[in-house]
Amino acid sequence: MGKHTPLYDEHVNLGAKLVDFAGWDMPINYGSQISEHNAVREHAGMFDVSHMTVVDIQGAGARDFLRFVLANDVAKIDGDGKALYTCMLNPRGGVVDDLIVYHVAGDWYRAVVNAATTEKDVAWMQSQTGEFDVQVNQREGFSILAVQGPAARELVKDQLDSDLAERSMSLKPFQVAAQGDWTVGRTGYTGEDGFEMALPADAAVDFWRSLVDAGVTPVGLGARDTLRLEGGLNLYGHDMDDDHSPLIAALGWTVAFEPTDRAFIGREALEFEREQGVKHKLVPVLLEGRGVLREGAAVRNEGNEKYADPAADDVPGVLTSGSYSPTLERSIGLARVPSDWDGERVEIGVRGKWQSARVVKTPFVRQGKIKVSLD
Amino acid sequence: MSERPEHYRYTKSHEWVAPQDDGTVAVGITDHAQSSLGDLVFVELPDTGASFNAADQVAVVESVKAASDIHAPVAGEVVSVNSALDDAPEQVNEDPFGEGWLFTLKLESSDAVESLLDASAYQEVVDADE
Repeated sequence: MGKHTPLYDEHVNLGAKLVDFAGWDMPINYGSQISEHNAVREHAGMFDVSHMTVVDIQGAGARDFLRFVLANDVAKIDGDGKALYTCMLNPRGGVVDDLIVYHVAGDWYRAVVNAATTEKDVAWMQSQTGEFDVQVNQREGFSILAVQGPAARELVKDQLDSDLAERSMSLKPFQVAAQGDWTVGRTGYTGEDGFEMALPADAAVDFWRSLVDAGVTPVGLGARDTLRLEGGLNLYGHDMDDDHSPLIAALGWTVAFEPTDRAFIGREALEFEREQGVKHKLVPVLLEGRGVLREGAAVRNEGNEKYADPAADDVPGVLTSGSYSPTLERSIGLARVPSDWDGERVEIGVRGKWQSARVVKTPFVRQGKIKVSLD
Repeated sequence: MSERPEHYRYTKSHEWVAPQDDGTVAVGITDHAQSSLGDLVFVELPDTGASFNAADQVAVVESVKAASDIHAPVAGEVVSVNSALDDAPEQVNEDPFGEGWLFTLKLESSDAVESLLDASAYQEVVDADE
């Protein structure tokens, strides 16, 4: 038996199909992944992501510490109540994790990190505190919920204490409001508007039920994956990891090379990589025919007969994420390919055969609208 | 959860076989199979007129999660396919034992069906799976 979030019994009672995710028993769906996906695009859905971890970074040296340990620059979120998406790198420029850091207030920052990497992340941060006047604390007793979709903010507002409700509704994207142990951030992982919130675990069941009653659809991790992929958002451990830098994972925009005098872990490795020429890139792909793209599939440039067998292990490209897109009703994916491939199409191994896919731009879908041409 | 029809026959690989009045059999996947696969998004059906031996791969059903080969439960020739599934593969999820049928076969040997599992023997397979 795996670990249970405070909402485990709610999932069971809602008929969720549970799977092991990084040691946690988590809902993969509550019946139909596709209808859950559509609920987020069309109205509002909520995800229990309490398997993710709240890490508080506090102390007079918190800002300086985070400017050293994160590849994006928390100086961008000076002033209270802002959030920043960033990678945390190792000295080789590989990605330890990607995370959102919230500047809650003053010298208090809060990061939300991935479940599978929690131990690694916290150990890494603590090992880097050195001379900084900072405490890095993994927090227990929280529940983390993401409520996403065009109606999500309105529906959450009605369930919040009036002061927090008012402040939450005035948030701009990537801003955060806090009240006691509640934080509400206008962030997400779906390509829709909405909130991600941390709340005390003992308040989670009542809050969840009130949202169910208000018409918010419970959504499992299956749809979370198809939503983020349509949104063109990377998944840690798949699209980037300890051995793959943000520069080859289409995350160069999250690395703050300016100001040039900010020393951060991984900087030298990334600068060296840039000087040498970045060898790979991550490109969004749309399958032209039928079939479903699967992670790990081989990718070759169009018509490259040198690679005849999609199952061979020397094919130069690989699909790091792939799935059926319920909104497009087509298959989509992210492919890691050599940087010098500039054709309009690639070919991807689908059940033993090469199938043509068009290279497009992300996002595939944003706020309910299809952003790529399907022709 | 749809009921498992008593007069159907079943395979260990979760296909069902339903004898029709004209002597052919309809073939589909069970409720247990569709539930394990999750939402189906593509169904690849055989050509009518094609002949298969028992256990040959005949069709593919593909869900958001995984692709799964469908094998011929018995030897025979494909008489018709459920082409409505091209546009509505979700019928397999919604009504696996009815509207979600995949294809019909003209049997090579009419007693081949008798060697398949009956409803209670198939139930034991499902129980062992869970």
